[in-house]
Amino acid sequence: MTATATTTTAPHRQARPEVRPPSLVGSSLIVVRRNLIHIKRMPELLLDVTIQPIMFVLLFAFVFGGSIAVTGSSYREFLVPGIMAQTMAFASFIVAIGLTNDLDKGIVDRFKSLPISRASILVGRSVSSLIHSSIGISVMALTGLAIGWRARNGVLETILGFALLLLFGFAMIWLGIWVGSLMKSVEAVNGVMFTVMFPITFVANTFAPTENMPDWLATIAEWNPLSSLVQATRDLWGNGQPAGPDAALPLQHPILTTVLWAVGLTAVFAPLAVRAFQQRSRD
Amino acid sequence: MSTPAVEAVELVKQFDQTTAVDGVSFSVPTGTVLGLLGPNGAGKTTTVRMLTTLSRPTSGTGRVAGHDIVEEPAAVRRSMGLVGQAATVDELLTARENLWMIGRLAGLPSSYVRPAGDDLLERFSLADAADRVVKTYSGGMRRRLDLAVSLIAAPPVLFLDEPTTGLDPRSRNDLWDVLRGLVREGTTLVLTTQYLEEADQLCDDIVVIDKGRVIAAGTPTQLKDQAGAASVVLTLTHAVDLDRAEQLLRTCTPDVYVEPKARRLTAQADGLADMSRIGQAFAESGIPVDDLGLQRPSLDDVFLALTGHRAEDDADQTGEIDPEGALR
Repeated sequence: MTATATTTTAPHRQARPEVRPPSLVGSSLIVVRRNLIHIKRMPELLLDVTIQPIMFVLLFAFVFGGSIAVTGSSYREFLVPGIMAQTMAFASFIVAIGLTNDLDKGIVDRFKSLPISRASILVGRSVSSLIHSSIGISVMALTGLAIGWRARNGVLETILGFALLLLFGFAMIWLGIWVGSLMKSVEAVNGVMFTVMFPITFVANTFAPTENMPDWLATIAEWNPLSSLVQATRDLWGNGQPAGPDAALPLQHPILTTVLWAVGLTAVFAPLAVRAFQQRSRD
Repeated sequence: MSTPAVEAVELVKQFDQTTAVDGVSFSVPTGTVLGLLGPNGAGKTTTVRMLTTLSRPTSGTGRVAGHDIVEEPAAVRRSMGLVGQAATVDELLTARENLWMIGRLAGLPSSYVRPAGDDLLERFSLADAADRVVKTYSGGMRRRLDLAVSLIAAPPVLFLDEPTTGLDPRSRNDLWDVLRGLVREGTTLVLTTQYLEEADQLCDDIVVIDKGRVIAAGTPTQLKDQAGAASVVLTLTHAVDLDRAEQLLRTCTPDVYVEPKARRLTAQADGLADMSRIGQAFAESGIPVDDLGLQRPSLDDVFLALTGHRAEDDADQTGEIDPEGALR
């Protein structure tokens, strides 16, 4: 180092070309690429969307499956859309962890000192998280196929089901950005998200039908946004029966309510998220 | 005179109840090194964050390469690089990938970033580790990569926030050499430091900040002169001679300070003339002396004289909160 430090000219300096700051799309893609390299370097980052859901599918299908009665299909078919929806809800978790980590390690500061749109940090984070979650959905679809799950209603319905999952994931990303900007450490994110998201994904029709829950709990579960998503995918894929006439209003029109929930949650969390991120990174 | 490379004009930053920076002004001529010197929580990092557009000033402004930090933040970001307090390189990427990513985000074409990156890796002795994941790097290597990454866009102005914190002396010296090399090429540096030696070694000008205000400014020599006269330091061979030596020394200069354990006597002196007079006196008295030297006041003494506390004192001890640490 001491030898090289005495160099009096940097050859690259004279050749510095004109700086042309990348567009929002261009810089977001660079950030996405970087986040995907992270996954490549640390495959254990994918555990939450691979081994974990497979384990869930198998545990629920084989351990609880026998004791949970569902009408209209096998429990395994009933289960797969539920676990996929849970994985999308946890997309918020993935975004929050990634963002807090970048804020904490000063990477966000480094990005912000560059001539790029600051939105590209969030866009890049969101897109890579959606890719992350999609890997999980694919893994689960394959696991589902292996244990007897099928999408029975045709190509269009099948695609629409996955599209709803992604749409819901998009709303969850804003929740993740909000939490990630507020929390000061990855441990805090873990604590908060686990405590909040775990009950939300269970007090729903994800793993068991709501009919057998106590009335008050069934009402909460049926109005849970996640239940709409689960019901919508089940209906689209022909996994189990449509909601009965006793079910709450959202479950009678699950596709419409899922879209409304996704739009509504985005409308609430996006402004909160952007403000929290700006505040966190302004001072 | 040409426009200064960096200017701070009455910068103020308030966080809720605290005023972290309270009217800081300075100016850095192109191609020189300015040191922002001060203890933890003095407002150095906040000042740098405002000048690098990471934090918006509550009032006041600044200019980097002629661009206003409040009015033209995008132009400022195109003309400067920042080496943050923690090494902000991506741990899961290799050195090459880090350079590529930041170079591309800085708006440079791939065809330029690749060779320029290789060049920097060579220059910072990281070529052998170029394709290793940064997580496996030592602290010194990380720091060098951090600096290399900040230089990929060859910015005319470089800000460094405590660049050598946590480095061993050897890595610190290496980094100093690199920084001197940059200055020879015409880069303007603004660095914050708590180490007086670092400011002394590298900086053309020093601005001393304490509690958000500039309390002194000048060249290292000017600041040392402010701290007062030099002193003669004398170490005896035998402790038994201490009393005799003290009496002898008092005949030359009235101000004598004795440290019995170290067998050391310190006396006010005006310069070389005083020292040779004292040397002469001791030679004639026959008191054996191990060491005799003239000591100029260090920046440490300057700092003590200016603020009443040592530079390395933690701000926590004075009961102050540290807005910089809290918000990082």
